[in-house]
Amino acid sequence: MPAGFSAADFFYILPELVLTGGALLVLVVDVLTSRQQRPLLGWLTVGVLLVTTLTLLPFSDANVVVSRGLLAIDGFAFFFKLIFLLTAIVTVLMSSSYIEVEELRAGEYYFLILCATLGMMFMASGIDLVTIFIGLETMAVAFYILTGLLKPNRRSNEAAVKYFLLGAFSLGILLYGMSMLYGLSGTTNLRELATVLATQERSALLIVALILVVGGVGFKIAAVPFHMWAPDVYEGAPTPVTAFLSVGSKAAAFAMLLRIFTEGLPFLAEVWQPMFWVLAVVTMTVGNLAALTQSNIKRMLAYSSIAHAGYVLIGVVANSSRGITALMIYLMLYVFMQLGAFAVVVMLRRHDVVGDELKDLSGLYFRYPVAACAMLFFMLSLGGIPPTAGFMGKFWLFSAAIESGYIWLAVIGVLNSAISLYYYVRVVVFMWIREEVLGSPITASPAMVVALTVALAGAVIFGVYPRPLFELAELSVQSFGGVVAAAEAISYR
Amino acid sequence: MLEITPSHYMVLSAALFMIGVIGVMVRRNIIIIFMSIELMLNAVNVNLAAFSQQWQHVTGQVFAIFVIAVAAAEAAVGLGIILAFYRNKETVNIDEMNVMRW
Repeated sequence: MPAGFSAADFFYILPELVLTGGALLVLVVDVLTSRQQRPLLGWLTVGVLLVTTLTLLPFSDANVVVSRGLLAIDGFAFFFKLIFLLTAIVTVLMSSSYIEVEELRAGEYYFLILCATLGMMFMASGIDLVTIFIGLETMAVAFYILTGLLKPNRRSNEAAVKYFLLGAFSLGILLYGMSMLYGLSGTTNLRELATVLATQERSALLIVALILVVGGVGFKIAAVPFHMWAPDVYEGAPTPVTAFLSVGSKAAAFAMLLRIFTEGLPFLAEVWQPMFWVLAVVTMTVGNLAALTQSNIKRMLAYSSIAHAGYVLIGVVANSSRGITALMIYLMLYVFMQLGAFAVVVMLRRHDVVGDELKDLSGLYFRYPVAACAMLFFMLSLGGIPPTAGFMGKFWLFSAAIESGYIWLAVIGVLNSAISLYYYVRVVVFMWIREEVLGSPITASPAMVVALTVALAGAVIFGVYPRPLFELAELSVQSFGGVVAAAEAISYR
Repeated sequence: MLEITPSHYMVLSAALFMIGVIGVMVRRNIIIIFMSIELMLNAVNVNLAAFSQQWQHVTGQVFAIFVIAVAAAEAAVGLGIILAFYRNKETVNIDEMNVMRW
């Protein structure tokens, strides 16, 4: 065993180790099986993810720092890891039929999904700039490949090139900011960084470093004005990948954001809070206004997801335990709403229909009432109509903002939700009113049925009875270093 | 004899970084843009190595090695993606990336 490491270090990253082993297993099984047996790979991947979730559960109330200060295994990491694993499971379930239609190599696809999940898990528990950056890249490189996986498809090619170039560019900016933080403090550990910076004069260089890191993170959460890549990438990528990207990578980027800013830079809160205030307002407004005119469902959901990043940023601005709790709950609820909507879009893809234009939904209700009703529910939930899950999430976010004194932010958030109803309801109008477009019949594979059921159940149950989720999130936040640091920063002033 | 201090390295890395950023903004060839991004990452490495020297510990150098490794991984994936794009489009000019517009 290497010096400085103990068996405990490996014990606490058991879920990650299991996931790594499982990802390699998927690759090996892919080589060993024949073409006809390939559909089984999807179930194997789901199995790997379920086993990972099981090994994660014992760590729900852990609060330790392992691997010489590289990783924090705490409630915050636990909650986010649950989000990632749930997202990955639902994504894999909805992928199987899509993979067959697009004739993708199943082994590679599932392996990359698992790699991306692994990266996200390290982003959530990393409390060192190096760990966070490695986690981020493990995720991002997997996503670059996943986006471009439809090799003969020009939209997929173009999306991959754009995502890769802008992703690498934003990585450069983020890393430059991180290197300056290291230069100013002499440490890459976020908690040590907070202690060192607390005693320092606030220099111009520190502010420059902060702006660079905000910019780099802004790209990853697709906040306006760093959102230009998102619509194109979401439109061009394979639909299940878009779903995974819009939920998983966004949640992971928010985990990274909270770690860096609330754990590492709590003493600069009065500098970055206004920045995120502006970003939140611009992101919500531009995202919603741009979504109004879209005719492509994936593109519309891309702008909608930009707008949702704006809502979630409200939790960051509030920078209180209430705000972070609300943020985490919202991201969890967003998993169900967004993945459910994407599952319906994935079903529309058939041999003869691409199925990502709004008009492809026309008359859906008359032929497939169940799918249409599910889509209706997801749209209302994304729009935030009570008593859906989306309403509960927004309610907590806005009340956290008001509690921290950001009343205008809450008002702008509510106004934006009202605007967003227009384009969500437009989808419903297409499904119920327009004449139907004929194509080969829509079929739902058993895996797809499970995916839709999970999404619908989550969105319905947590909309009506959110208490367990709320309690879990509150418990998770209690041990989060960022909240402790924020409280200390206030008492220090 | 002028002594080379960390601030000299910071000026060098800031210059490299700006050249990289400007390259990304103004160039139209995907490969050149990619090279400009590599320049930005190397500016980060210069910074990290200099700070590592300044603080007299190895953390920064380890960080730099990770950055180099990740840049290599990104280059492999990125060139693959660019090649797939070229096979369909027969161009590496970003002005001709116009399948998707808003």
